[in-house]
Amino acid sequence: MLNNPYVPILFMLALGFAFAAGSVGASVLIGPKRYNKAKMLPYECGIQPTPRPEGGGRVPIKYYLTAMLFIIFDVESIFLFPFAVAFNKLGLFALVEMILFVATVFIAYAYVWRRGGLDWV
Amino acid sequence: MSNLMAVALGVPSVALPAAEQPHADFSDTPMWLTFVKALIVFVYLLLSVLVVIWFERRVVGRIQQRPGPNRFGPFGLLQTLADGVKLMTKEDPRPSHADKVVFTLASLIAGTMCFVSFAVIPLAGQVNLFGHTTPLQVTDASSAVLLTLAIASVGAYGILLAGWSSGSTYPLYGALRSSAQIISYEIAMGLALVAVFIHAGSMSTSTIVYQQRDVWYVIPAFFSFIIYVITMVGETNRWPFANAEGEGELVGGFHTEYGSMRFGMYYLGEYINMFTVSAMCSTLFLGGWQAPPGIAAINDGMFNHGWWGLLWFTLKMWLFLWFFVWLRGTLPNIRYDQFMRFGWKFLIPATIAWVLVVAFIRGAQLGYLGDSSFSIGGRRFPVAMLFVIGLVTLLALAIAWVWVNRNQAKAEANRFEHPAEIDPFAGGHPVPPMPGQRLVEPARATTRGVAAHAEPVVTTTRQETKEAPRG
Repeated sequence: MLNNPYVPILFMLALGFAFAAGSVGASVLIGPKRYNKAKMLPYECGIQPTPRPEGGGRVPIKYYLTAMLFIIFDVESIFLFPFAVAFNKLGLFALVEMILFVATVFIAYAYVWRRGGLDWV
Repeated sequence: MSNLMAVALGVPSVALPAAEQPHADFSDTPMWLTFVKALIVFVYLLLSVLVVIWFERRVVGRIQQRPGPNRFGPFGLLQTLADGVKLMTKEDPRPSHADKVVFTLASLIAGTMCFVSFAVIPLAGQVNLFGHTTPLQVTDASSAVLLTLAIASVGAYGILLAGWSSGSTYPLYGALRSSAQIISYEIAMGLALVAVFIHAGSMSTSTIVYQQRDVWYVIPAFFSFIIYVITMVGETNRWPFANAEGEGELVGGFHTEYGSMRFGMYYLGEYINMFTVSAMCSTLFLGGWQAPPGIAAINDGMFNHGWWGLLWFTLKMWLFLWFFVWLRGTLPNIRYDQFMRFGWKFLIPATIAWVLVVAFIRGAQLGYLGDSSFSIGGRRFPVAMLFVIGLVTLLALAIAWVWVNRNQAKAEANRFEHPAEIDPFAGGHPVPPMPGQRLVEPARATTRGVAAHAEPVVTTTRQETKEAPRG
């Protein structure tokens, strides 16, 4: 437990949290509190704020698409990392394997590009 | 990279054989010393932020030919401290539409997670601290670099939740943009690191620094270095990629509704994240805390030991900080769709291709592609390596040639000859003439209601535009 290299990361986490919570808490205590209805409205440069739609409203599908594509490529880099780390010991076989793998993912990439999944306008 | 990755790779690393352990030696480091080191890193970061905000404002001031902050302390050095005190004593409003818990939680996430990545950054090699010989690095693990990527992803929650919980339109837009931006550029960033791992054979930061004792990875992985520098600007939402804040369009982006110290956490987080990515870049590509080649050779590596490392590391890190400020001072923001197109259609495929190139070159170096070799200046190079490099260069030249030709053809096809005369109100609203174009005087009594309606404004515009071509 004590030799675990991940424990010191908790130290940093604790220090960071103590600082963040401390300063936010202090500002809540020190700062003035003058209630004003207009001040608590959403800020839209002084015009009447846009009414919020029920259930949070709709978000452009592009963002979902980006999130899904992100997962594909994130998984690709997950597989590339251990390959890269162990590259010295793997030999030619792993190199060929990795080319096949990247080529497979590239087919998905080309498909997405062709179908306009990467166009933002 | 994502939480998914941390689970997939980070945790089982304990099971790796002893040979996979990090290069840094933590055997003489009791737990209390680790905590002291964490405190040192923490204070180092806070002081750096105090300085860098002043530095940025001064340098941007100089670029814009004004002095910048110069009132508090010598050269205005205490400006950031004064700003911090002011932020702290300001009212901390929470909009009535905001989600009560998440609104505060989001700023705490941003203010907390930014510190964590620095735990695995080696600030120096072995130093003497309170009678113990210990690396000036809070901790290291065989998956350290992966950990920083994972923590960066958790930090993104701070931004996303801020936008969601504010109950306001602009922050929501800013947060959506920001998360799309961060995940898009994270892929290219992660892939850029693969080249470093191929050369170092490890993901532990101290091992990567140790492996660079002969050649810094900026040379064998130069293209990765370029990609990393581009993506780190995208990851930190900095100019010219500051679309998440988008001052011109979204007021303040995700932190529009934040004030006082809750806003301060985002401000702090942004700068500490800049330090983190700069530190990672120095560690992975510029030899970390090791002295620059010329200085490293002086007096049997005298400047390459102990606390000297902190100096070299800080200098390298500030090189990138300067670059960030320089970008901010000189470049306009790029449009969001251009930004995303650049990330998805150029950076990602280019990085993947580069990873394959590096794999081939490294494979040739290790003799996977044949054993015959030649020597230049006493160093042996495999013949296969020469082949691979030649082939890649040829391929790159061919692609560049095709690309340039295509662009030229496109430019030819899109060339638009401006007519000699222009009716500025043809489209219903005033259009300024191009240089050399003559204005057609529009008829007074138009059937266009819009132009007639806005008569006073239109008159002045017309006079101004008439002046322009003569001068």
